[in-house]
Amino acid sequence: MADELQVTDQPAPEKIIASGYTFGSITDQISTVVLTRKTPVFWMAGFGLGLVLLLLFLLAVGMLLVKGTGIWGLRTPVMWGFAITNFVWWIGIGHAGTLISAILLLLNQQWRNSINRFAEAMTLFAVACAGMFPLLHLGRPWLFYWLFPYPNTMGIEPNFRSPLVWDVFAVSTYATVSLLFWYVGLMPDLATLRDRAGNPVARFVYGLMAMGWRGSAKHWSVYETASLLLAGIATPLVLSVHTVVSFDFTIGIVPGWHSTFFPPYFVAGAIYSGFAMVLALAIPLRSVYGLKGLITDKHLDNSAKVMLATGLIVGYAYALEAFTGWYSGNVYEHAATVNRMTGPYGVQYWFLVLCNIVAPNFLWIRKIRRTPWLLFVWSLIVLVGMWLERYVIIVGSLATDNLVSSWRVFQATRWDWATYLGTIGLFLFLFFLFIRMLPMISIFEVRTLLPQAKVEEERG
Amino acid sequence: MSRPVHGVIAEFDSPTALVEAARAVREKGYRKLDAYSPFPIEELTDALHLHHNKLPLIVLLGGIVGGISGYLLQYFITVLYYPINIGGRPLHSWPAYIIITFECTILFAALAAVLGLLGLCGLPMPYHPVFNVPRFALASRNRFFLCIEATDPLFDLEQTAGFLKTLEPREVSEVAD
Repeated sequence: MADELQVTDQPAPEKIIASGYTFGSITDQISTVVLTRKTPVFWMAGFGLGLVLLLLFLLAVGMLLVKGTGIWGLRTPVMWGFAITNFVWWIGIGHAGTLISAILLLLNQQWRNSINRFAEAMTLFAVACAGMFPLLHLGRPWLFYWLFPYPNTMGIEPNFRSPLVWDVFAVSTYATVSLLFWYVGLMPDLATLRDRAGNPVARFVYGLMAMGWRGSAKHWSVYETASLLLAGIATPLVLSVHTVVSFDFTIGIVPGWHSTFFPPYFVAGAIYSGFAMVLALAIPLRSVYGLKGLITDKHLDNSAKVMLATGLIVGYAYALEAFTGWYSGNVYEHAATVNRMTGPYGVQYWFLVLCNIVAPNFLWIRKIRRTPWLLFVWSLIVLVGMWLERYVIIVGSLATDNLVSSWRVFQATRWDWATYLGTIGLFLFLFFLFIRMLPMISIFEVRTLLPQAKVEEERG
Repeated sequence: MSRPVHGVIAEFDSPTALVEAARAVREKGYRKLDAYSPFPIEELTDALHLHHNKLPLIVLLGGIVGGISGYLLQYFITVLYYPINIGGRPLHSWPAYIIITFECTILFAALAAVLGLLGLCGLPMPYHPVFNVPRFALASRNRFFLCIEATDPLFDLEQTAGFLKTLEPREVSEVAD
């Protein structure tokens, strides 16, 4: 019966990448972006914008170091202001990268193979941007190492019962593990670049970074184990990081912060905004570099679906937040909820409802998910919405805390905006350097997607 | 043996050809083998009997060491080295230790995974004899290589090369040491 044809009812699934690719053409298409192709105007423009905003960031940080955190709009009681809003926003964006690289690997979602590399890079750079804010917010950033427990002559140690110290451990672990995961994923591709680079300096540098990788079967077998284990390690890590970030709020007794559903709500929001960033980066990149055969409409469609699903969770969380405010019977929680909707930050609240509850529901429509430019616009809406969400939670709750006499409306200064835009510059700067110098799509993982990568067993 | 030789290497077009060749070579009795491919091939791992490696154990140990050190670090500081009595609450406040214990477990396990990977693969290794084969640069692109090493007891330059040629490779070449 061995030669009998298997009959399946399922229709053939849509291909992940376009047909007609070979191992060689995939390798060439991705590696020429780095090695030989002329740098496109798009890259120059993006990198230039990043550089300009990065200079603005350096100026803002310089001013901050000279004059102190007072140049930001931080006044009692809103001492967290933009800094922590931006921190939470950036770190949330990073989460999609780890989700794609780790969780989708464990779930055997092969479509991740063509977007995981740049999504992981996005994670790294987003975490770098996120890290800037708590660091600068310290006031004396050069003493940041006081946050770590180390033997010191001052005879003091960090308070391990504080969520702010948990954050230090969670975010630094997250940054380290993301970097390791990313680097391990890069090793085989660095070897490809080493073998293909014409320029001797490039060959030397890629060779050094590839560490002598030669694609040995013995190495691949350990490598596969390592990838799976790292994915297994990174999965609980990514869920824990935003959970710990949400503890910064939930452990506090400020009305509007002190609730138990923050961790899942924050994690969903993080993935929501992260996929928006993935789309915002992937859509222009694949057009400019002609990678539509590798990052296909199916990838955009799937990412949009993840965005829709997590967006619905976020919408549910908003509803639950309002319900809890009412149902708790707690006068402060009730007041905080009403104040959030009708108070000084009411405009921002309703705008975020528009961005995070109304807008994602349009993603039910297949036409929007399949139209790249519309999806690009949608992802920007989501990014704005998620920023507003953090702003409303942090600034809105702090501005009207438990003590009425201390209430004050937060006014962002131009240095707040300069620092925020500056980190967007830092992100763009790093990201454009990355796409110029390293393969933005994982070459070896895309090779495994080809039909000819399957070993045909003899029928016997 | 006039020149030192690392082995003989055969070049194939497809993963299927490589896996079949690897099986044939194993069947012939060769054991000192290595195969090179531009992406991981599960069947090849089976064909070369490479399934067991110590990495999971290394990562487990890394995680355990990380978890224990994270917990002990906090215990040592909050209970012994820098105790602060806040409203008579217990110094050994273990629920508050959970997060950092968890993060240290993850951190050490991930470091163990990466260092273990490098250690088990013997990387970084800037020089390896197979790089002497000019066409080996294609092993990171679209070609598949099978190498029988000279340390194999059955190895004989002429005979082994002749045998590899019967497996229909694109090319068979000597690997200088």
